[in-house]
Amino acid sequence: MGNRYTGRTFIVEILAIVLGLVFLVPFYYLVSNSLKSFAEILSNTSALPSVLQFQNYVNAYHQMNFLKAFSNSLLITVVSSIVLVFFCSMAAYMLVRTKKKISNIIFMMFVAAMVIPFQSIMIPLVKVTGNLGMINSVWGLVIMYLGFGSGMTIFLYHGFIKGIPVELEEAATIDGCSRLGVFWRIVFPLLKPITVTVIILNSLWIWNDFLLPSLVLQDPELKTIPLATFSFFGQYTKQWDLALAGLMLSIIPLLIFFFAMQKHIVKGITSGSIK
Amino acid sequence: MNSPSKLQDIEVGSVGNQKMLKEKPFLNIKNLKNLKSVGLFVLLVGPAFLAFTIIVLIPFFMGVYYAFTDWNGVNGTINWVGLDNFKYVFTEDKQFHKSFWITTKYTAVAIILTNIVGFILALLVTKTLKTRNMLRTVFFMPNLIGGLLLGFVWQFIFVKGFASIGQISGISLFELPWLGDANTAFWGIVIVSVWQGAGYIMLIYTAALQNVPQELIEAAKTDGANRWQILRHITIPMIAPAVTVCLFLTISWSFKVFDVNLSLTNGGPFKSTEMLALNIYTEAFVNNRYGLGEAKALIFFLVVAAITIIQVTYTKKKEVES
Repeated sequence: MGNRYTGRTFIVEILAIVLGLVFLVPFYYLVSNSLKSFAEILSNTSALPSVLQFQNYVNAYHQMNFLKAFSNSLLITVVSSIVLVFFCSMAAYMLVRTKKKISNIIFMMFVAAMVIPFQSIMIPLVKVTGNLGMINSVWGLVIMYLGFGSGMTIFLYHGFIKGIPVELEEAATIDGCSRLGVFWRIVFPLLKPITVTVIILNSLWIWNDFLLPSLVLQDPELKTIPLATFSFFGQYTKQWDLALAGLMLSIIPLLIFFFAMQKHIVKGITSGSIK
Repeated sequence: MNSPSKLQDIEVGSVGNQKMLKEKPFLNIKNLKNLKSVGLFVLLVGPAFLAFTIIVLIPFFMGVYYAFTDWNGVNGTINWVGLDNFKYVFTEDKQFHKSFWITTKYTAVAIILTNIVGFILALLVTKTLKTRNMLRTVFFMPNLIGGLLLGFVWQFIFVKGFASIGQISGISLFELPWLGDANTAFWGIVIVSVWQGAGYIMLIYTAALQNVPQELIEAAKTDGANRWQILRHITIPMIAPAVTVCLFLTISWSFKVFDVNLSLTNGGPFKSTEMLALNIYTEAFVNNRYGLGEAKALIFFLVVAAITIIQVTYTKKKEVES
């Protein structure tokens, strides 16, 4: 725990690096084998590829209809995240600032429902949303994400808004701003740190979500990346060269997002879970 | 979206009203100053609450009803069967019992290992190591990728990678048919979950460790405390709130595990690793026994809710005591 770099710290550092390498081993197998020919995967699984087979990626890209899946995932994730921020920040603001029993009741309902596992809802959900014409529709799915994400998103905003002094808003109201105007012009910009957290947590969840879209999006044209990977992998089990390249294609966007947003992701997760 | 959401609000209001009758009616115009603020409340809270009601609340309560029916999801006839589904699940459904047991075992193992590994990683990256930022990135990276993709990656590792490592190193542990045997397939799921979850848990413990005052540790050192005593009597009590959060998270992840289960073993071999979430899914969408699946889902919900409540109250009590 000390601040000096001693011989002991050096030993700990070596052990930590070894542990880090162990964590990376699966990635090594994934990347190196995704670039080998099928025969080489079978004969030399642990070695580096002798010839780089980029053709695996080209084949997987076409057979997964990767571009389509990628744009579906992107559209659903971006729109759902924005919708969640837009409606839940307003709702949380109103619930904090309206000092009535009803606000507490509604807030407690949102929080209590976070305990409900998805499996307890999914069977009737398919029926309800089917009746409402939300099946096989990107917009239907966005509304579902609003419903499922609202609990945690409102909970996070609620906690943050409680810490913002009302005086700021009162001054603006006296200056003739409407309540909505006060929220969007004065309060919302102050919520930026928690908004970043909310966007990161929600977009990672939505991007990686498999079960909900698998129940709701049956049209192959609407497949998201997890759905496309699932059927691709199912189709090409044991044809590892294609399957691994397809997996890599699905993982690459996440890695790019991670390295671009790493600072925010780390901050977002820590503040999101400690609240 | 507005007019139905107003309806929702009035409903909720009147339910609330009945409860509050002894005190005073609260949702009348006088109390909320004027109609305008009621309207604004509905406008701002309404959309999120409406979506929440349609997507979470209504299906949840419908599910409770279906648990007592023989609904098969295909034809329209839904007959009330009372407690038959529950009787079947508790007395006859051997697979459900097996799933329940394996999920409990998995949850216990995964919570302990994920928290221990996560905590050790946090201790490492809060030391003054030169590579600590890079290490933190590496440890966290698996967490970013969804369980479905990770399960597939590890399927390859267990089937091909381990065999190859076994051949090179001669260690027989790697030469086992990992996914082909009930026992090792179980540990396979545990390994993937710990590898995935530890980085997230590490971040929470790291934040907590950075808030432990250095003076306290220095003072304990001066008093002659050893490293273990400092960890046991200062660091761990000081990060108790983070422990609550991490236990809460890992319990809920583990008990509800689905994606990794589906993509890594798909419940196999011979349904020996079929955990509860996958069992419910199969019952409903593969066997088309929606009523029965819903009865299981209701039991599943009750267990999740009970664990959560017990665990939160218990750790909160602990925090106060220490």
